[in-house]
Amino acid sequence: MSYQQPKFRHPSLPVNDLGYTRADYEGAISTLCAGCGHDSISGSIVRACHELSLEPHKIAKLSGIGCSSKSPTYFLGKSHGFNSVHGRMPSVVTGAAMANRDLLYLGVSGDGDTASIGMGQFAHAIRRNLNMVYIVMNNGCYGLTKGQDSATADEGSASKKGDPNPFGAIDLPGLALQLGATFVARSFSGDKEQLVPLIKAAMSHRGFALIDVVSPCVTFNNNSASTKSYEFVREHAEATGTVDFVPMREEITTSYEPGHSQEVTMHDGSVLRLRKMAEDLDPFDRGSAMMALEASRSSGQILTGLIYMDKDSADLHEVLNTSRRPLNTLAEEDLCPGDKVLQNINQSLR
Amino acid sequence: MKSLESINEFVIKFANVNGTGSASANNLFAKALFRMGLPVSPKNIFPSNIQGLPTWYEVRVSEKGYLGRRGGVDIMLSVNPQSMPQDVREVEPGGYFIYDSTKPLDLRLHRKDINIIGIPLTRICNEEYEDPRQRQLFKNVIYVGALAALLDIDFAVLTELVADQFKGKEKLVLPNIHALELGHQYVKANLDCPLGIRVRKSDKVGDKILLDGNTALGLGAIYGGATVAAWYPITPSTSVVDAYERYAKRLRIDPGTGRQNFAIVQAEDELAAIGMVIGAGWNGARAFTATSGPGLSLMSEFLGLAYFAEIPTVLFDVQRAGPSTGMPTRTQQSDVLSAAYASHGDTKQVLLFPSTPRECFDFGALSFDLADRLQTPIILMTDLDLGMNDNMSDPLEWDDERKYDRGKVLTAEDLDNMERFGRYLDVDGDAICYRTYPGTHPEKGAFFTRGTSRDEYAIYTERGEEYEKNMLRLLAKWETIKSYVPRPEIIRSEQQTEMAVLYYGTSEEASREALDYLAADGVHLNAMRVRAFPFNDEVEQFMADHEQVFVIEQNRDAQLRTLLMAEFELGPDKLKSVLCFDGTPISARNIRKQILMHLPGYNVTPLRRERVVGQGE
Repeated sequence: MSYQQPKFRHPSLPVNDLGYTRADYEGAISTLCAGCGHDSISGSIVRACHELSLEPHKIAKLSGIGCSSKSPTYFLGKSHGFNSVHGRMPSVVTGAAMANRDLLYLGVSGDGDTASIGMGQFAHAIRRNLNMVYIVMNNGCYGLTKGQDSATADEGSASKKGDPNPFGAIDLPGLALQLGATFVARSFSGDKEQLVPLIKAAMSHRGFALIDVVSPCVTFNNNSASTKSYEFVREHAEATGTVDFVPMREEITTSYEPGHSQEVTMHDGSVLRLRKMAEDLDPFDRGSAMMALEASRSSGQILTGLIYMDKDSADLHEVLNTSRRPLNTLAEEDLCPGDKVLQNINQSLR
Repeated sequence: MKSLESINEFVIKFANVNGTGSASANNLFAKALFRMGLPVSPKNIFPSNIQGLPTWYEVRVSEKGYLGRRGGVDIMLSVNPQSMPQDVREVEPGGYFIYDSTKPLDLRLHRKDINIIGIPLTRICNEEYEDPRQRQLFKNVIYVGALAALLDIDFAVLTELVADQFKGKEKLVLPNIHALELGHQYVKANLDCPLGIRVRKSDKVGDKILLDGNTALGLGAIYGGATVAAWYPITPSTSVVDAYERYAKRLRIDPGTGRQNFAIVQAEDELAAIGMVIGAGWNGARAFTATSGPGLSLMSEFLGLAYFAEIPTVLFDVQRAGPSTGMPTRTQQSDVLSAAYASHGDTKQVLLFPSTPRECFDFGALSFDLADRLQTPIILMTDLDLGMNDNMSDPLEWDDERKYDRGKVLTAEDLDNMERFGRYLDVDGDAICYRTYPGTHPEKGAFFTRGTSRDEYAIYTERGEEYEKNMLRLLAKWETIKSYVPRPEIIRSEQQTEMAVLYYGTSEEASREALDYLAADGVHLNAMRVRAFPFNDEVEQFMADHEQVFVIEQNRDAQLRTLLMAEFELGPDKLKSVLCFDGTPISARNIRKQILMHLPGYNVTPLRRERVVGQGE
């Protein structure tokens, strides 16, 4: 059952530029387990959208199948949602994005939905640099079918059942980098201070933006032998640095010592300020990002934060040179060549 | 031996090696006859291969207007030694076997009951051309020139055609005409001509056009307003998207900006292709994919979603011989059942069965109106025979007053004026509900599309009565659909009869020819061409009106017959099968023979040598 949130809110909740409170970005009450990491991610999405003053109805939220893919019901209640087929959300987003380039596409998937059944579509959405935000709620297990290991479970990690996973993990940020993704980040559901600006940056990025969010499964994979538990991730997360997101409209007031921060203007005019970046990572260099990811992994750490970004890449619409007017707004006069043209075609076939 | 004699009624077959450029020469031959006012029906019978294997091109020439396969071959033009033994055997007694006599014909291949005519094509080529590629290409043109003399084809028509064909590449015109003359002159100087079978100018073509069904479908998608095409290459459907792209680049570039008013995405597989179509349809664009049997199998999960979540979706299935990879370059109508009930759970899908290029164009464009109006997948079922062969067809027409039917879509204003929007609420009593595009209204109209069960307001539910209510509404919608899909075409026999034939798609032409044969045999049958599933009331009435119905189709398992029995609860005795599934288009003689076999009272004497269902040629 989906429950509606009670409409009553504290009268003094802060409003954004559109006059919306954060409650305007919420969805139905979650039916996930109490303490599920996914709910925290939903909360971060709500906060990011509210703080960015996005019009909720101009966002389309799409997902596949699984616990993660249920979560779009629990945020952005004023947005159209699409809970599609297991592993096939990227293709549905591709078609939707072709139909209307003016919406913001937020895809939500899980580790099973992305790294197993949906691996092919994930890879090809990246390859086409589809303009979308792709959030993986990554808990290393199949929650809805009671906790089987997924393809992102680390080798040797054991879920509640206790058997260590004999297979190596697929590292989604590493894979995405290899496939040519133009925005790659990783975060932790329990670290909103890091996750919220990353979501904002991803939403401002033109092209495919992946955020792999480690999101513990409290029911099946939060035990001491698991590498996707709250405790393990807190102990082993290693941030690339701090990302501040400054929307286009805001004046930049704070200044930092030179050498410690770097500012990047996104294509929509907003600014990303990167602080305290790890010395051996240049997030604008794919090779450096791959090295940093691998170095972190081999030392048993989980690299989080912004890993790589190419802010000037051309997305699928640019590559295809499609009309700037959304295709779904074109009518007969734009689309139908008429009978006269058809009679000429007939003549060429005689 | 008595030689076959005929003017303007015959079957000629070309036996070639694929990848040698024979297709364009053969096409030149067929088009020349077409321009002489003769109905022609050329069919490519080609291997799943790029170069080196046998390939055939069969042309039915019929002033009477029979465009289906007749069966049998009157003239065989053989330039492929690989297939020669089989090709000699196939010639009708009294027919003509024309071969490249540069090397003498194997004595074992000689037949006393046919005319064997040698033309030293390779020698003529080798004497004329140095370049091996030219030798190969012009050999084809030379035999067309030779045929012009043998069959009395108007040479001026040929030269005119060559000039048209190479418009923009004028340098190629004269060499091709020269090659035509080489063949023509050799025959005139060395052989008796014309043959007993020959052509004469006629006026039976009128304003008709020669077009393949796939190109017509691509054009139908352009005219029908499709803006998103997502596909994965598969024979024999690939040329649908090729044609769409070709015409879109001509007709759909925004004059002001130079940008495309369309998007074509070559997907990573068929699953993604249909997913993209569904995503685009959900978001208010007209979108389609084209595929064949294996692709249809892969798409079936998504088709269930589109059925259940009620998302406009258009799929063009150009059928080929299955199961599995089957015979990828041979024709069949064998996806009928898997398309009609595509996907797990209780599903029923709307099918359209065009039988001519004109209908491919009309139904292709109509698919988008139907998908929007009915909010469900529309699967257009064509096949390789129609899709990849040039078919004589009525010219294409478009009513410039026509407006696209975008179905029940609410605007922001509509939403402002209503109390509560329910995506799956049957407001009008026709079981078709209102939908909204994403981004329509800041506060109203948003809903969650899902493949899980939900109530009328699109809220997830597992309550059995809600689920059942929705499934019954979908069934009620199925009834509504019957009034929207194309009606059958019914032809009454001149004589009162309680027997009938039923056919669909590419079985039409051969069936109508067979009906004429049967009438001459004293067997009178009414006929119905089914053009859509669900079957509408006229189909039901027709079935009720006849004691015995022969269902003609090109698959092994009588798939449409099964569909008729399932939908109308008809007994199997009433419906007799007439089938062809060897991968070649069904022929008129084959149909006649099978129907006569079902009628023990009638004297079954085969017209000539014939093929029986299931046997190869």
